[in-house]
Amino acid sequence: MPLLKNNAFVPDTFVNVDDDAALPDSGNVIVSLARLQKDWNVIAGHAASFGVRLLNTDKAVQLEPYLGHLSLIVLAFPSFGDGRSYSIARALRLNGYRGELRAEGNVLPDQLQFMKQVGFDSFIVTDRFALQDWQAASHQMSLAYQRGLFRAAQETEVWSSRHEGFVAWEEQPHAG
Amino acid sequence: MYRYDEFDAKFVKERTAQFRDQANRRLSGELSEDEFRPLRLMNGLYLQLHAYMLRVAIPYGTLSSKQMRQLAMIAEKWDKGYGHFTTRQNIQYNWIKLEDTADILQALADVEMHAIQTSGNCIRNVTSDHWAGAAADELADPRPVGELIRQWSSLHPEFSFLPRKFKFAITGAPHDRAAVRVHDIGLRLHKNDAGKIGWEVMVGGGQGRTPMIAVTVRDFLPQNELIAYMEAIMRVYNLFGRRDNKYKARIKILVHELGAENFRAEVEAEYARHPAQQTQVEEAELARIAQYFAVPTFEKASQATPVFEAAKRDNAEFARWARNNLAAHHVAGYTIVNISLKPEGGIPGDASAEQMRIMADLAEHHSFDELRVSHAQNIVLPHVKLEDAFAVWKKLNAHDLATANYGLLGDIIACPGLDYCALATARSIPIAQAISRKFSDVAQQENYGPLKINISGCINACGHHHVGHIGILGLDKKGEEFYQITLGGSSSENASIGGILGPGFAAHEVPDAIENILNTYVKLRNTGEEFLATYRRLGPKPFKEALYATT
Amino acid sequence: MSSEAKGQVMTANRLKDGDVVFLTRSGGWSEKIDEATLALEPLAVAALEARASEAVLANLVTGHYLFEATRVDGKIRADHIRERIRTLGPSVRLDLGKQADGTAGAFRPVEG
Repeated sequence: MPLLKNNAFVPDTFVNVDDDAALPDSGNVIVSLARLQKDWNVIAGHAASFGVRLLNTDKAVQLEPYLGHLSLIVLAFPSFGDGRSYSIARALRLNGYRGELRAEGNVLPDQLQFMKQVGFDSFIVTDRFALQDWQAASHQMSLAYQRGLFRAAQETEVWSSRHEGFVAWEEQPHAG
Repeated sequence: MYRYDEFDAKFVKERTAQFRDQANRRLSGELSEDEFRPLRLMNGLYLQLHAYMLRVAIPYGTLSSKQMRQLAMIAEKWDKGYGHFTTRQNIQYNWIKLEDTADILQALADVEMHAIQTSGNCIRNVTSDHWAGAAADELADPRPVGELIRQWSSLHPEFSFLPRKFKFAITGAPHDRAAVRVHDIGLRLHKNDAGKIGWEVMVGGGQGRTPMIAVTVRDFLPQNELIAYMEAIMRVYNLFGRRDNKYKARIKILVHELGAENFRAEVEAEYARHPAQQTQVEEAELARIAQYFAVPTFEKASQATPVFEAAKRDNAEFARWARNNLAAHHVAGYTIVNISLKPEGGIPGDASAEQMRIMADLAEHHSFDELRVSHAQNIVLPHVKLEDAFAVWKKLNAHDLATANYGLLGDIIACPGLDYCALATARSIPIAQAISRKFSDVAQQENYGPLKINISGCINACGHHHVGHIGILGLDKKGEEFYQITLGGSSSENASIGGILGPGFAAHEVPDAIENILNTYVKLRNTGEEFLATYRRLGPKPFKEALYATT
Repeated sequence: MSSEAKGQVMTANRLKDGDVVFLTRSGGWSEKIDEATLALEPLAVAALEARASEAVLANLVTGHYLFEATRVDGKIRADHIRERIRTLGPSVRLDLGKQADGTAGAFRPVEG
């Protein structure tokens, strides 16, 4: 399954480490939330770069103590219609998380822009679609009414654009 | 009325182009039905019993003449010459082709309309008081907030894959004509002693198989905090609403399972975590939108209305219609005209393309170019001069649009039922027609007083039978249609869920059962007491006895 | 004496226009229920399902399912009122649907 990031397929440098497996000495490692909580004393001082995989029943607040230390958070889309991870992503971004936020599971081109807008910047995608399909899908709409979204450079935030003296909230060019 | 600016126009144009691409990909086979279904649903396109059905949003039920004419054009060009106005103030076309749909969406975009989020597990079209901006009892027009919510909820990236559909209703009047207590979120406008506007926020009402009355989570939410607070409610629902069982996925079940206090605490905690960010933008935007809903320049009418009075004196039919179908306007000399889409034996809510054009013409000439769709499946001309009422009536009367049964027995709400709907278990429309024919005498209907009969063709309750004074639910019993009757429901400010009276009836028995119930009411009512009041005073017992005693 | 046979008919909506169609004896899809094939035993039902699945994959139809029907004197009649309405058109608008355009088949209209 390709990893889509910055509008390109890129190699995935992270490795998954099971809860009962030993942590590698270095590199990029994804652990579960349970492992992160249990081995925090070790992980906090560890040389590896850490990512965590949340279930969509986990709460964003559970990650608050660790946010500064994480370089990747992976959120799940077990089915097309299960939208919980959109809210978890938004909450993580609102809580100040600025590292990589990755969507995995049921990720299709027609959801890509929504995912980017709530703060995802990398995606494990199906190989059914060509790269240009993903690139086209990421900017189907050039404007959004909602404030506080992550937006690509060409996306307009309607409400603040309508009024003098207001800038878009959380103006931040999108990484993806 | 609200008008699109360049942003709104571009938004709908891009959305239409996006759908055209999706439909083409489906037709070419690039998208499977499983992948396409949620995409078409988010643009209002269903697959129904006979064909595709397109549901078009009419935000807070407000339409211009031009928009109504375009709806007529669409009915003729791409459907079979008519449309169905729904209990959610939308219009549905029943015979749509997938290959035409993008063109229809483009025709809608041409008149600043769309079908976005009229289906799917997202925030649906916002409904409101159909007399908004006109009613004598209104505190303030709720539609600017309706428009603010429409924009905020349009393609909201966080709330487009909710556990289940989500419906807002808002009202600016103390008398609730928008059924706010039976919606996922109901908003009711209040003014405090200082004249400042705030909103009562009600959550977790709904109908379907588990009808519930909403609980109030805020008594007086400052207007500028509205969007931020809605985001908190939506986030709690999106994260914690049940996804294991679609029949338990609405927010009412979450509110019920958590309990009102715990639910409120969750929302307040979420709201406290992410306080209103730069609410000045929302305020500025609301002020911008409100300009479009400025009160029209009414003529300063004299107190005397000689034409109106003379017409009533000379024409008993008109007098009856004026008595039943006109409502008090907040400006002297003006009236609210309620056009009944319930002619005797007709299909509730259906209008032909020609009728749509007639109503559009009347709105253009007599009602500041405005029409409304009501949740009772009628059309409203909100601002008509009393002195014009007779001329309006004459034109309506010539096109089978002057039935004088507004708010009476004949003003029956019915879902499309098994005649059109793939989910239905029984037909609704023939029941409405049979009742309407049996009680065709409007004088008799007037004797029964204000009465709401609601008919649903399945447990999903699109005909709102739970909140009908008399509710009728069509079910399937071993391949045969049969109908359960409930009494005592109400969607008003004193909302209640109707109770099942007893065993169900075959279709042909329903009109007689209704007559029996009404005769019992007439016998037992106090002077001037309405049906609902009598039922609430006496309970189901006398009605049950009358209905089931002899057989 | 009339002849009667009970069985199942495969129906779907045509993808491009949504029209109600029925799987025919020749393996095509017809708007007319009288041209439908009535599967009388499990093997025939399985064959209908296989053909319908092919048609779904070929993006010809969508929303396919089987319904119970009876053949009376060579004409097919849906057993349940829902399917009868679907093969005829709305019972409240006899001017619309298959009952109006001549594709309804021999049994009309829905009573009641």
